[in-house]
Amino acid sequence: MEFKTHISVQNLNVFYGKEQALRNITIDIPDKKIIAIIGPSGCGKTTLLKSFNRLIDSVDDIRVSGRVLVDGEDIFDPKTEVTHIRKKMGLLSQSPYPLPMSIYDNVAYGPRIHGLRDKKELDRIVEHYLKESGLWDEVKDRLHTPASRISVGQQQRLCLARGLAVEPEIILADEPTSALDPRSSQRIEQSFLKLKEQYTIIIVTHILRQARRLADYVVFLYCGELIEHGPAEDIFENPKEEMTKEYIKGVIS
Amino acid sequence: MDKRKIEENIFKILMIFSTSIVVGSLILILVTIFLKGFPALNLDMLIKTPKGGYYLGKEGGILNAILGSIVLGIGATFLALLISLPLVFYLNLYLKKNSRFALLVRFLLDVLWGIPSIVYGAFGFIVMIFLGLQASLLAGIITVALLILPIMSRSIDEVLKMIPFELKEASYALGATKLETALKVVFRQALPGILTSILIAFGRGIGDAASVLFTAGFTDSLPHSLFRPVATLPLAIFFQLGTPFPEVQERGYASAFILTIIILIISIASRILTRRFTRNIVK
Amino acid sequence: MNKRRFKDVFASKLMFLLCVFVLSLAFLMAFGLYQRSKPILAIKSVKELLFSSKWHPTQGQFGLSSFIAGTFWVTAIAMLIAVPLSILTAVFLSEYVPKKVREWIKPVIDLLAGISPVVYGVWGIIAIVPLVRDYLMPFFSEKLPFFPFASDNYTGFTALTGGIVLAVMVFPIIISIVEEVVRSVPFEIREASLALGATKWQTVKYAVLRKARPGIMAAIILGLSRAFGETMAVLMVAGCSLHGFPKSIFDTAYPLPALIANTYGEMMSIPLYDSAVLLAALFLLVVTVLFNMLGWGLLLYVERRES
Repeated sequence: MEFKTHISVQNLNVFYGKEQALRNITIDIPDKKIIAIIGPSGCGKTTLLKSFNRLIDSVDDIRVSGRVLVDGEDIFDPKTEVTHIRKKMGLLSQSPYPLPMSIYDNVAYGPRIHGLRDKKELDRIVEHYLKESGLWDEVKDRLHTPASRISVGQQQRLCLARGLAVEPEIILADEPTSALDPRSSQRIEQSFLKLKEQYTIIIVTHILRQARRLADYVVFLYCGELIEHGPAEDIFENPKEEMTKEYIKGVIS
Repeated sequence: MDKRKIEENIFKILMIFSTSIVVGSLILILVTIFLKGFPALNLDMLIKTPKGGYYLGKEGGILNAILGSIVLGIGATFLALLISLPLVFYLNLYLKKNSRFALLVRFLLDVLWGIPSIVYGAFGFIVMIFLGLQASLLAGIITVALLILPIMSRSIDEVLKMIPFELKEASYALGATKLETALKVVFRQALPGILTSILIAFGRGIGDAASVLFTAGFTDSLPHSLFRPVATLPLAIFFQLGTPFPEVQERGYASAFILTIIILIISIASRILTRRFTRNIVK
Repeated sequence: MNKRRFKDVFASKLMFLLCVFVLSLAFLMAFGLYQRSKPILAIKSVKELLFSSKWHPTQGQFGLSSFIAGTFWVTAIAMLIAVPLSILTAVFLSEYVPKKVREWIKPVIDLLAGISPVVYGVWGIIAIVPLVRDYLMPFFSEKLPFFPFASDNYTGFTALTGGIVLAVMVFPIIISIVEEVVRSVPFEIREASLALGATKWQTVKYAVLRKARPGIMAAIILGLSRAFGETMAVLMVAGCSLHGFPKSIFDTAYPLPALIANTYGEMMSIPLYDSAVLLAALFLLVVTVLFNMLGWGLLLYVERRES
């Protein structure tokens, strides 16, 4: 598969205190595709995802070595501005966590903290991204009600709109549908399929079927080590490593 | 971006400044009391009772107040324990976790905790008169017991909440009644924590002046009867500072120093006990 | 019923009674104080007692308003100082400081809560009175000779002195509650904000503190209640003279709790004096109980909301 590299991970090692969470990860993440990171729980999938936007910085006692290049810039270089990197990435967490404010303010939060004050522009952004995530019709009459009042499925779509509003290049999704009912899950998945035309999407998931449905490229992590990676059809039809085979078959999970 | 960085840095400085003031105040207080109190301290103060014109500058010491406070404190702590311990055990063992009654009791305990000590003193005064008591050790004990009841109860409550449910389950599974479980199993596990709670409540009790002002009276003699007035350290300090004589005021500083040392020792001891408790708890 | 079972049931009934006792304690206190205040309530109207500033017990005048005013001045000064400093400190401890440092500083702050109020009074006399008398008062009366600074009280025993000492006494309460509430804000909310590219401070300001707002209000209310009722420390440093309303932070203040404490001794000798004083105590009881119910109620609401 021919692709342009968006993120290049080189020898990434992450330690929580004495425990090593990621061992020597080297991989190139392709641009404008859906990449699924799969593997058993607790194997570093989320750590890898959160190291892309340096959210792991807030963990006590963390040590990182190696480089992660996004568009050629090493995000772990001490000189880089962390907020600048995070603006390039949108994060969708497992359980939706709307900020303690209205629906409108949630979506407007990102642009506002980066300095945007123009009301008309903010209105436009809020409407545009709520439409992109498929939530606009359901909330357009109650934009200023607290975000906590809408359903969980709607909240997750709100979080998606919120993440898109800062106009990232990459979307990071950590088990984005595991807290949702099947209908809402489906809508999120459909959004992703549409969004990959403009964004690189990296999804951590333990639902193999979801990975099959969505992924163009698959990365398999086991116990912090990169076992195998490649185009989706290759991994699912013809896995090279024994462990990959076992995981895909459902022997280990 | 620069604007955000500047704001962040301004607030960081403000936060460090605030924390320094808070921590600095404590250090300042301890240092001040030490510097003024320690030099004025002499052995006489600790082992003698005030003679004749003590408050006019003559000899004597504050042994009456030191012993008085200790005796009052122990009495009050004991009385409060008699009520708190069964109360909190009831809340934790006999009532269900989400019991509304338990919620009500805990809520009211918190409210009681916030009532000023002078109000407890005034109420103690009323009770004292009602029971026909004079200002006395007993009246003081009752008042201070009421004062420290909320803090002791809440403290023991926190301790009991930490006891894992499985422990109680194991006891019930063997056929024990709730009472037996409480006395034989939970109590033993919770003992260090309970001791800490006792210490904390005791520390609160001996430091308070407003509650004993009306109820314990004051005297130059050592505590010898439940029905006679008793001297307390906080009041001794207060009276000594109230005189116009510098030598007596100096002694007041020294008395304050003594009281502070006692409370410091209690605080440190309870910290150590807490640490040992949380380390040894059965998981 | 066998013996063990009997003991169990008996014990539980006894404990239940103890609960009832505790539940009724606050009411008993109010009732008792009310009974003893009845004599004066029979003659004077509540309006006169609370709002008149004429306090001449020997002449049968018991207006409490200057004392209530004194309480407000001292409490307001204390809160103005304590609230911003406490919130900043609490946020610093919970968001910015590494775990190990926090574990050292928190016990130190708790120690402040354990120090006897009389010792605070002594410290106030030694350290703060001279500060006010020799530095603050001259400075302000020279540069800013107007309300609320202008005063003719040069003793150093002022409302400000009382407020400063009270502020330090109130630090531990506000800090410990705010710190707990802030730390209980789920980390995912911080993550969501940081992931959008917000700085740490922006996250704290717009997301964390927002979520913690009711808890912070509760902390302030409970701190306020504590300041309102503190007796000994304030008595020793605020001046307590019967001059009337404080009109400046440098005037003396005679807060209500101090009045109650000071009148012990004379209370029984003048008719109705004890009744007036116990009415004052009842007033304190009612106000602090209301504040406390509000504060703890808010915290309960916050706790409920999290689950």
